[in-house]
Amino acid sequence: MNPTTTADQTLAQLSNWLIYSAIAVYLLAFLTHCAEWAFGSRNRIARLAATPATHRTSGAGTAAEGRTGLRTGSAPGTAVLAPPTADRKTENANGPQVGHGADSSDQRSDLLGRIGVSLTTLAFLLHLASVVTRAWSVGRPPWGNMYEFSTAFALAATGTYLGLLAARKQVRWLGLPVAFSVLLTLGLAVTVLYVDSAQLVPALDSYWLWIHVSAAIISGGAFHTAAVATLLYLARDRWERAEASGRGRGRLAPLWRRLPSADRLDTLSYRLNALVFPLWTFAVIAGAVWAEAAWGRYWGWDPKETWAFITWVAYAAYLHARVTAGWKGRRAAYLGLIAFATFVFNYYGVNIFITGLHSYAGV
Amino acid sequence: MNGVPTPRSTTRTGTDRPDSGPEGPFETSPRDMSSAPRDDVEAPVGARLGPLGWLRWIWRTLTSMRTALILLLLLSLAAIPGSLVPQDSGQPSQAAAFRADHPTLTPIYEKLGLFDVYASPWFAAVYLLLFLSLGGCILPRCLQFTRALRATPPVAPRRLDRMPEHTRWTSPSSPDEALEAARQALGRRRFRLRVERAAAESQGAVSGEKGYLREAGNLLFHLALFGLLVALAVGGLFGSTGQAVVVEGDSFTNARTQYDDFQPGKLVSGYDLAPFGFRLEDFTGKYQRSGPQLGTPTFFQARVHARETADGPEREVTLRVNDPMEIGGSKVYLVGHGYAPVVTVRDGKGDVAWSGPVPFLPQDAFVRSTGVVKVPDARDREGKPTQLGFTGLFLPTVNLSANGWSSTFPAAEDPVLVLTAYHGDLGLDSGVPQSVYQLDTSRMTQFRKKDGTPAAQALRPGDRMELPGGAGSLTFDGLKEWASFQIARNPSNGTALWSSIAAGLGLTASLFIRRRRLWIRVRPGSGTGSEIEVAGLDRSASARLAEEVADLTAELHRTIPPADATASPHQDQTQQKQEQP
Repeated sequence: MNPTTTADQTLAQLSNWLIYSAIAVYLLAFLTHCAEWAFGSRNRIARLAATPATHRTSGAGTAAEGRTGLRTGSAPGTAVLAPPTADRKTENANGPQVGHGADSSDQRSDLLGRIGVSLTTLAFLLHLASVVTRAWSVGRPPWGNMYEFSTAFALAATGTYLGLLAARKQVRWLGLPVAFSVLLTLGLAVTVLYVDSAQLVPALDSYWLWIHVSAAIISGGAFHTAAVATLLYLARDRWERAEASGRGRGRLAPLWRRLPSADRLDTLSYRLNALVFPLWTFAVIAGAVWAEAAWGRYWGWDPKETWAFITWVAYAAYLHARVTAGWKGRRAAYLGLIAFATFVFNYYGVNIFITGLHSYAGV
Repeated sequence: MNGVPTPRSTTRTGTDRPDSGPEGPFETSPRDMSSAPRDDVEAPVGARLGPLGWLRWIWRTLTSMRTALILLLLLSLAAIPGSLVPQDSGQPSQAAAFRADHPTLTPIYEKLGLFDVYASPWFAAVYLLLFLSLGGCILPRCLQFTRALRATPPVAPRRLDRMPEHTRWTSPSSPDEALEAARQALGRRRFRLRVERAAAESQGAVSGEKGYLREAGNLLFHLALFGLLVALAVGGLFGSTGQAVVVEGDSFTNARTQYDDFQPGKLVSGYDLAPFGFRLEDFTGKYQRSGPQLGTPTFFQARVHARETADGPEREVTLRVNDPMEIGGSKVYLVGHGYAPVVTVRDGKGDVAWSGPVPFLPQDAFVRSTGVVKVPDARDREGKPTQLGFTGLFLPTVNLSANGWSSTFPAAEDPVLVLTAYHGDLGLDSGVPQSVYQLDTSRMTQFRKKDGTPAAQALRPGDRMELPGGAGSLTFDGLKEWASFQIARNPSNGTALWSSIAAGLGLTASLFIRRRRLWIRVRPGSGTGSEIEVAGLDRSASARLAEEVADLTAELHRTIPPADATASPHQDQTQQKQEQP
């Protein structure tokens, strides 16, 4: 039991300034990524207009494209921050149908992309500092209410993205959507959900808070990144089909063209979901153990528990669908999105609209 | 890929990824790497089926992957209403309020079982069907897996160059040496081996398989779900929970009558409760004294003296919110608290008609509480028997504003008891069970002052309320706190815990362990030398297979050096086959 009943308000104030700074830098990163995509696609349009024949011929075989995309993607030496090399440029010029998003052939947009990643990293550090000072100011894990949970969740989402980059995965194209949804989450957190830092109610005063909630936050961050990849998969897959049938020249086509192949997007979202599903399982089990210690039963169909169960079953259905004939591909992807929607509802919906045993966190 | 489209195999787990793995090679192997069933459910076409045939078809459909998937989706859909409609089990008071507010919906909801979704027949139907489907799939797979454990890996496929990872080189070493080195290399990596050797041509192949734990984990996970189901069932049948309010200084004995609310399992009688008990010595609550969350509790503690049996030795135990007491096979949880004003009621003859603490029930976060005092054995001024009843508010830190009485802090900083009084018949003998926290005033008359307004008074500790017409008095002597306890017994907690641990371990193994095969084939080369092929296959299409094959190749290059040792041709020859779109 922490003897202080009031939190250190100076540190809490510092934490608030840090989170506003982080939001500002995220915004800059977001705008930089926007510019990167805009320049890249304008450049591409110009090039396509100049060489319409390339477009036709390379639209012939999607299988070949996927192969090229994978080859370049897994080739050694294409570290994320490396500038495009001359031979890559030619390769892309020859088979321009598979893009790497930020990893583009255009010098200027590549520079913008790398600035975007640097800014995201800076924002992540500010964000991390904000969460740490908040924790410090109250002397407990920084996820005792919805504001704190939201900031920690957004931190986990950015962390997943930067972690993938650090693991040398070609995921710079995730920068734009991740920055966007992190901004959305943080914006909601500081405007609607904000509460001043304070001590915990006794029900939350348990070491299970560390275990149960941190597992939920990390799973949420990774599910979020996987959902972004799934959305992009659906868009890219649609475009690839249109392309294969000779269409696919819509206004947004330059964007889809810059994404990795649908196969790669699909694999990435599956790997993330499959990687995190055991952690989510653990979060639910840890919650049950905590519930047993706090309320005298490990499972009581409290709305939060119910929705955690629904989320778990939905992700289990997604994982099964990936290997069921007739459910692979787009249908499984839709299931993955539904599963993430249940996770989001479990957080915002259950906390705000439904009263249950979990609704003591001051919203 | 160059294979003809084959019927795609499906697994029950979603952990194997046959869709991305090359499927051609499996045509040559007698057995899949996973014992997952083939999803060959088709409607019985053409030929008429006998009753047995139909049964088989139904069984196959039920245990198919697609049905399981639909049932999973149904299960998550079916769980939703229970989170939107207040449940009798979880939120009984809200459920009662919902019934009162929605007189037209209520009968429909009752019929559909929407007030008790998780015990309703249709919810049970979904999960029992799911478990039946699961069992019908998992048990055959267990048998298949035990057979696979005893068997050796299948023979090496003829065309190793069709594998996703493949490399070859020629070496001056003799085929026998090469084969032996290959066997040792794979054996050191703890692969399960099959060595084929055609002595005449001195050629042979070593097939290795590893990662059996993936399937084992998969099966363990699904079997553990059955364990959870059993635990839930046992808990529902043999467990029990109850709540009791205990005032400081009072005792609780584990008997059904001592509970305010008792929910036994279906097979529990109220008479076989363990005879433990405890006395609440004191309750301590601390609250935020400043800041925006003023009044939010920060600390609750109840100190009790507990006994395992009626006359057993006492021990002192401190209960906190996340820290229950274990006693007599049950667990006692601190779940709530409130105040119990100590009052003494004297009747019209001046005799003490009632005395003691009266628990008031908190209504909000600042513990504005409501409660009643029932005095069944009083006399009026003439000495005729009558009954008195008091109802009102208790405010730990009083505040009187235009909105009425309220409390501004949960601790008893400035406690006030606001009461109004009735006389008449409390209705205790009517046979209808009554709540001790509510006053039935239908057969009672409110005391009124001379001007006709209802008699009501705010009392601070020590104050006395005189009833009009010398009908008696009430003194607010002091204040005690009460704590409410949840007493739960669940014999299946251990089963549930171990099942979920097993499920977690199994799931992790089934997602992160790679089942893969490596092959090394040796053919006689020019002169005494040999030609060596190395190939690998991984169901989960992981990039780590390439590393593993490269690593094995590098080791073999040391023991079976390539003919031209200066070149390292395997770098160029390693084929990176991509998955079929």
